[in-house]
Amino acid sequence: MPSDFAMSAALPPAEQSGASSPSLKHVLSPKIISAKARPLGKTENKSGRLILFFLVGAIFWVFVFGLLYRLLKYFRGIPEIGALLSAKLLGLMFVSLFGILILSNVVTALSSFFLAKDLDLLVAAPVDWLRLYGAKLLETTGHSSWMVVLVSTPVLTAYGIVYHGGVLYPLIAILAVLPFLFIPAAIGTAVTLLLVNIFPARRTRDILSVIAILAAAGVVLVFRLVRPERLARPEGFRSLVGFIALLRGPTSPWLPSEWASQGMMSWLREEPELLPFYLLWSTAAMVIVLGAVLHRWLYTRGFSKSQESGERWARQGVLGKFVSRMLAPWGVMRRELVLKEMRLFFRDTTQWSQLILLAVLVVVYVFNIKFLPLRGEGVTFFLANVIPFVNLILAGFVLASIAARFIFPGISLEGRTLWLLRSSPLEMRQLLWSKFWVGTIPLLGLALVLVFATDVLLQVSGFMMAVSIFTITLMTFAIAGLALGFGALFPKFNTENAAQIPTSFGGLVLMMSSVVLIGAVIVLEARPVYEYVSARMLKVDPDPTEMWLGFGGAALVSLAATFLPIRMAVQRMRELER
Amino acid sequence: MIELRNLTKKYGSFTAVDAIDLSVPDGELFGFLGPNGAGKTTTLRMIAGILQPTAGSIHLAGIDLAEDPLAAKSRLGFIPDRPFIYEKLTGAEFLRFVGGLYGQNGDKLEHRGRELMALFDLEEWADELVESYSHGMRQKLIISSAFIHRPDVIVVDEPMVGLDPKAARILKDLFREYVRRGHTIMMSTHTLEVAETLCDRIAIIQHGKIRAVGTIQDLRAQSTGGGGLEEIFLKLTGERAAREAMDVLDA
Repeated sequence: MPSDFAMSAALPPAEQSGASSPSLKHVLSPKIISAKARPLGKTENKSGRLILFFLVGAIFWVFVFGLLYRLLKYFRGIPEIGALLSAKLLGLMFVSLFGILILSNVVTALSSFFLAKDLDLLVAAPVDWLRLYGAKLLETTGHSSWMVVLVSTPVLTAYGIVYHGGVLYPLIAILAVLPFLFIPAAIGTAVTLLLVNIFPARRTRDILSVIAILAAAGVVLVFRLVRPERLARPEGFRSLVGFIALLRGPTSPWLPSEWASQGMMSWLREEPELLPFYLLWSTAAMVIVLGAVLHRWLYTRGFSKSQESGERWARQGVLGKFVSRMLAPWGVMRRELVLKEMRLFFRDTTQWSQLILLAVLVVVYVFNIKFLPLRGEGVTFFLANVIPFVNLILAGFVLASIAARFIFPGISLEGRTLWLLRSSPLEMRQLLWSKFWVGTIPLLGLALVLVFATDVLLQVSGFMMAVSIFTITLMTFAIAGLALGFGALFPKFNTENAAQIPTSFGGLVLMMSSVVLIGAVIVLEARPVYEYVSARMLKVDPDPTEMWLGFGGAALVSLAATFLPIRMAVQRMRELER
Repeated sequence: MIELRNLTKKYGSFTAVDAIDLSVPDGELFGFLGPNGAGKTTTLRMIAGILQPTAGSIHLAGIDLAEDPLAAKSRLGFIPDRPFIYEKLTGAEFLRFVGGLYGQNGDKLEHRGRELMALFDLEEWADELVESYSHGMRQKLIISSAFIHRPDVIVVDEPMVGLDPKAARILKDLFREYVRRGHTIMMSTHTLEVAETLCDRIAIIQHGKIRAVGTIQDLRAQSTGGGGLEEIFLKLTGERAAREAMDVLDA
């Protein structure tokens, strides 16, 4: 064995002295390089997508900024309580963001700390625990916070401009927001770490997603039951003093959200306070240190547990058998596609558990309608007819968010198995339409129940009921078409967590275009509805041309929004090389 | 039968597959060899209809893939190199789904699915979710799915990766018997021993071009000096062999 000997003799020993753990920057470098490469990559239509992104982003920012600017200007004009209202609004925004951030960090930490593909490499490499924690914490914070930063920038800018924050205001905002982002990241990461260690390994992922969803549902319900709209109706309080006392008091004195809003408002009121900033930064430092300690104790055990796979048996359920029989006339291929979609959905906890959130959303929605002050003085015949019309806009938003959760990810989730579909004699048109129907039929059922129930609660006229049903049916098809279309045009094939797909760029574009669609349909229908209601009041016949133009136009827009995106998606899928 | 005419695939200025002409008749097991990045997988994925050629044509069982893709694909079974399948389906459900894609259902499909799973020792796992399968088991399931609709042509990328010795042996026997019945198989592999013992003809591809094609005897004649397939391969591809390993390790 001379060569072996020579080799071992010649091989330089691993540089023990220099074999220190790689730096945090080095551990993070693949992510940084990938993030840099993403916008510069040679994917087709890159420039078009970038332009669309900036356009949509700019429109959104201008919209949010404009809204806040007008509202804050109005608040500023109110003596005594104006500044209090602005502060309360900022506090409420930060509280909601804090809740959202905690939840999104719990979910993101599960991906980045336990499921990410690079972990095998990192855990096997001589990377020490602290650097791994640091790198993954930064990654988690970035992933779960970018949208919050995007949304809050125009809001905070509006505050700065209305209250003349000065040149130092952006710095103050960063000083307040930065620790505000890291605190929930460290807490969310620690919660995930504990859960992964506590629950039986095989079920961790499932249990975690259900817990996250239940928590989100809880937050939404509690927030709703508190009825924050009372703040906007001072007459509900016994006295003005009581109302001002409520406004003056902190929303949640022990939460970082309160410190962030206090710190910023104190600067804007020109009475800067240091305490909130001190609290924010010291708490951030403390939770990160505690998180790191916890990570050191529990990460190795938790990571090992999370690698064990589930051993589960599955048989066709009653629903599967029923659907299978129902779909028999539609051909084998369609039947199998639909059955596959259903199985994948109901067996994936991260997917079906979102139904809980959906149920809460519906409850909150109906609850809101029930408590609308629609009877009594001041509620005219006209208003009673307009409210159900506005109801359609809200129902449209609910549908859009559901479509973004359930229909939009359809194509992305197909990513790794596309080889099978593309090498088989399956038409891409057939694949997309089967996905469309699987998503649209339950969505339509929900939409009809939602609109019918709320219309009954609102005691609307037969005409408005017909308009509502007609509009929501068209809107459901259009929103589903958009969701599927954008899902195929902006797919995320390599995602490690299905729950993150709706929050991708394509999801954002979908939500924005849904808003535009809903707006267009409502604007088109507003005229004939106004015409009809006025004609009823004047006891004359409405102008049929106006009716045809308005409702026909709305139908055309909806049908175009249904078919065009799917056509584009079919084309894109045919050209896709995967 | 598989016929490739002037088959070309370019990614921007990079030519992955460069005007390949090849004909694999019925009843032949054809091997596709080449170094990493030579264009094997790209060629096979074009034949499977997953990638679109930049130029040239592909005929499967006499049908032009570009002109009538659905008819051509219905005659094909494809086994990819990476076994990505639906994690939340059971093995049996997956086979049923694939059968459905090719318009098959009923008792015959169920029977064939059971037989194929039994052949690869998967029958005990038939009702278990794919997410609990090992790499090799997934590979066996995908191989079974490629046979479920009795295709005329099978295209397979690296079939032996992840298979245990018993499964590898079963697969070899299955492939041989399949071509004996008049079907066509085209496979890429890095295992030269498999290519040498299993394939009727072999093509060696490098930088997207076919360097040599023929039986082992033909290849031996083409590469001066003869020797086993490994020597022929290294000579034809001009790869610098292990002699440099020492220099690298010393570096």
